Amino acid sequence: MGLAATTLAPAESVGAATNAPTPVLRANALSMQFPGVLALDRVDFELRAGEVHVLFGENGAGKSTLIQILAGVYRPTEGGIEFGGKPIDLQGVHHARTLGISAVFQEFSLVPTLNVEENLFLGAEVTRHGFLDNGELHRRAEAILEELGFPLRARRPVHELTRAEQQMVEIAKAFCTRLSVLILDEPTASLTDREAERLFVMVDQAKKRGVGVVYVTHRMGEIRRIGDRITVLRDGKRVATLAVPEADDERLLQLMTGRVISQVFPKIAYLPGAPLLEISNLTTADHTVKDLSLSVRTGEVVGLAGLVGCGKSEVGRACFGLERIVSGRIAFDGRDVTGQSVRTMLDRGAFYLPPDRREEGLVMARNVRENVSLPWLGARFSHFGFLDRRAERATVRDLVGRLNLQPRNTEADLEHFSGGNQQKVLLAKGLVSRVKLFIFDEPTVGVDVGTRVAIYEFIRDLCEGGAGILLISSDLPEILHLANRTYVMYRGERRAELSGEDITQDKVLANFFERAQA
Amino acid sequence: MTDQIAARRVGLSVALQRLFVRIGVLPFLLVMALIVFSALSPRFLTSENLITVARQATYLAIVSMGQMLALLTGGFDLSVGKIIAITSVITAMTMAPLAAAHPDAIALTLTLGILAGVGAGTLVGVVNGIGVAVFNVSPFMMTLGTATISFGIALTLTSGVPVYGIPDAFGTIFSFARIFDIPSPVYVTAGLFVVMYVLLNWTRMGRYFYAVGGNIKASRLSGISTRFYLFMAYVLCGLLAAIAGALLTARLETGEANIGASMPLDSIAACVIGGVSLRGGIGRVGNVVLGAVFIGLIQNGMDLAQIQSYLQEVVIGVLLILAVIADQLRQFVMLRLKD
Repeated sequence: MGLAATTLAPAESVGAATNAPTPVLRANALSMQFPGVLALDRVDFELRAGEVHVLFGENGAGKSTLIQILAGVYRPTEGGIEFGGKPIDLQGVHHARTLGISAVFQEFSLVPTLNVEENLFLGAEVTRHGFLDNGELHRRAEAILEELGFPLRARRPVHELTRAEQQMVEIAKAFCTRLSVLILDEPTASLTDREAERLFVMVDQAKKRGVGVVYVTHRMGEIRRIGDRITVLRDGKRVATLAVPEADDERLLQLMTGRVISQVFPKIAYLPGAPLLEISNLTTADHTVKDLSLSVRTGEVVGLAGLVGCGKSEVGRACFGLERIVSGRIAFDGRDVTGQSVRTMLDRGAFYLPPDRREEGLVMARNVRENVSLPWLGARFSHFGFLDRRAERATVRDLVGRLNLQPRNTEADLEHFSGGNQQKVLLAKGLVSRVKLFIFDEPTVGVDVGTRVAIYEFIRDLCEGGAGILLISSDLPEILHLANRTYVMYRGERRAELSGEDITQDKVLANFFERAQA
Repeated sequence: MTDQIAARRVGLSVALQRLFVRIGVLPFLLVMALIVFSALSPRFLTSENLITVARQATYLAIVSMGQMLALLTGGFDLSVGKIIAITSVITAMTMAPLAAAHPDAIALTLTLGILAGVGAGTLVGVVNGIGVAVFNVSPFMMTLGTATISFGIALTLTSGVPVYGIPDAFGTIFSFARIFDIPSPVYVTAGLFVVMYVLLNWTRMGRYFYAVGGNIKASRLSGISTRFYLFMAYVLCGLLAAIAGALLTARLETGEANIGASMPLDSIAACVIGGVSLRGGIGRVGNVVLGAVFIGLIQNGMDLAQIQSYLQEVVIGVLLILAVIADQLRQFVMLRLKD
C-alpha cells in the first residue's frame, strides 16, 4: 500500500502540469457497487482532447466497469462525469453516442446478417418521407469508410467479414457521429499484427483530429506504441496515473499487481529429463500452425509465446485431437499420438487446460465435485458404469483442500465461485490422476493476484514433481519468469527458441512482430 | 423496535427466497392445488380419487422422465406423442393375429406384441439420436420430422381405424390389475422411476447427460464421447415413451394412431414445472415425476370441479407459462442471494 501512496503524488502532478489542456472527459470519484462487489472505488479519471489514455490493470481491476460507465452502459452508484467541462448524466449508450462518446467493446454490437452500411446506421437510418433512403445511406457509408481508409465494401454482410474487419465496422460506426471520445476495449485481442498496426495508424489519425482515446490493454508493447498517459487500476481503485515515458515494465507490473515480481513468480528448480512431448513439422488443416516443431521434457516448463492468433493455442489443441492435422507427427511418452482423441491423451497422462473456463473448461451449472471428477469417472470413480461416489467425494475434498478453494464447498454450483476459484477448480481437474504432461493455455486469464500466485506455485510443484509443462501464454512476464525454455510463434510458424538467460523481454518481443520492426 | 421488526421481516423474506431457490416453484404449486381443489370438491382428497390421479398420471410421468433426458442434454423431443401412437399400433397389430391363431399362447402373444411395439417406438428414438448426434440436426426439426413420419406410418398401417383383437389379458394385467389396491401401471412407473434415479445419480451415463447438457465443449475436453451420450438420451427417451405407449394400449384395449397428441407439450410442461432447465444440464427426476403428478392433479381437480375440458387446456397453458416465469424469477433471486 505504501507503494500506492508514493506513486499517487507524482501521478497528480502529471495531471496538473504541462500547460494543462482542458479535459474533454473527466470522471470524479466514480464508484460502482454491484451486488456484493465494489467494482469501482472512488476512481478519478481524466481524458484530454488528442491524447491516448491507456487503462491498465489485471482482469477484475475495474477497467471494464470504468469504460462501461463512460460509455453509458452503467450509471455509477456514486460520483459524476463531466463532458466538455459540464456535468452530464448519461442515460445510455445511445445518449453517449449522440454526445460523441463512442465505445468499441470486445463483444461487438453488430448484426451479422445485415451488411456493413446497414450496421453503420443501425438506429440512425436516413429516411425520406418515412421510407429508407438507401442511396443516401450508401453514399454516406462509402464516404466514412474512405475517409478512415478502411478497405471494406459497404454492401458486404457483416458475417462474411473477418474479426478485424468487423472491428473496423465498429470503429467506423463510432465515427458516423461527431466523435470526441473513442473508447477501445482491448482492440488488438483478436487482430493479427498487421491489422493491429492499421488500427494504431487509425488511432493516431483520431488523435490528430482532437479525439480523446481511452485505450484498455494489458499489453506493455502497445502502451509504448500508442499511449500518452497510463492510469493503473487495481481492485477497483486508481493506483497511479503516469506519463508513458515514465513507465517501465517493471514499474507497471508492480503497480498492477501490488507486489514485487519476486513475490509473484516462484523460483522453479528445473530438472529436465527424458523427452515427453515431441511435435515435429506439424501443420494443421486451416494453416494456423505451419511446419512447427517443439519438444517438452519431464521436469521443465516450456513457454509458447506469441501474439493472440499466432497459432500457439492451436498447437495445444492439436495435441488433443481438437485441430485437424494435415502433416507432421506428435509423439507423447515415446508413442505416436498424432490425431488421438482427448480420451486417449487423458488416459496416457496428458492434460489440457483450455483458456476460456466458462466456454470450454467447466460445466457452470454443476457443482465442484462433478466438475473435478468429470474426466476421470471412467478411470477412477466407477465400476461397471456405476459411480463410486464415496471415492469421488474423498478425492475431490482432498484436492479442494490442497488448492485452498474458497468457499471450501464441493457441492456448490460453480456459479457461486469467483473467477479465481473457478480457475482452481479447472486446475483441480488435472490433479485427480497422475498426469505427466500439462498443457496450460492462458492459465491466469481473469484471476486475481492471489490466485495467480497459487497457480504459479502449483506449476512449480508439478514441474519439480517431474511433470512436463507446456505453458501457452500471451502474458509476457509469465513466460519470462516461469519458463526455462521458450518458443516464440509468429503467424503459425516457429520464430525462435530461447532458453535460460536468453529469455529476455527484448528477445521474446523481437520475435512477436514482423521482422522489419524487430 | 421498528428496526428489529423490519430486520425480522427481511430475515423471513430471505428465508422464503432461499426456500424458493432450493426447491423451486413446484411444491408451492402442489400445496396451492391441494388447497384449492379440496375446497372446490369434497371428493378430491379421498384415497380412491388419489389412486385415480396416480393411474392417470403414470403415462405422463413415464414420458416426462424420457423427455427429461432430452432436455438435460440441451434438446427436446417432440416425437414422444407419435412414438406412443406407433407403439400402440404395432403392439395391437402384432397381438391381434397371434391371439387369433394361437388363443392359448397368451404369454407368448403378449411378450411378442410388447417387444414389437416397444421396439418400433424405440427405433424412432434411435433415428432421432442419429439425426441429432451424428448429423447435428436441431432437435426441434429432427423430432418434428420423425413425429410426422411415425404418425404417417401409424395412419397408413391402420387406415386411421382402431385396431381390435388384443387379448383381454393384456388390459387385465397391465392396466386393471390391482395389488394392495394400487393399479399395476403405477408399479411399472415406480420401477422405472427407481431405474431412472439410479441412472441419473449413480451411473457414469447419468452424470455425462448432465455434463453434456451443461457444457458440451467442456465435456468433450474431459474426454467424454458427447455424440454417444446425445444419441443415448434420445434412444432412452424413445424407449420410455414406447413403454408408456404399450401401457396406454393396455388401458384402451385397442391400437390407436390418434393417441398421445398432447404428450410432447404436457411432458415438457411437467419437466419445466419440475425445475428442469430448458438450457440443459439441470433437473431432478423426482421433481419431474412430481411435475407430472401435478398436471394430473390439476386435470383431475378440474374434472371434479366440472370445469369443461376445453377450458382445462387454457389452465394448463397458463400454468406452464407461469412456471417458466417463476423459473426466471428463481434465477434472478438466486443471483441476488449469492452475494
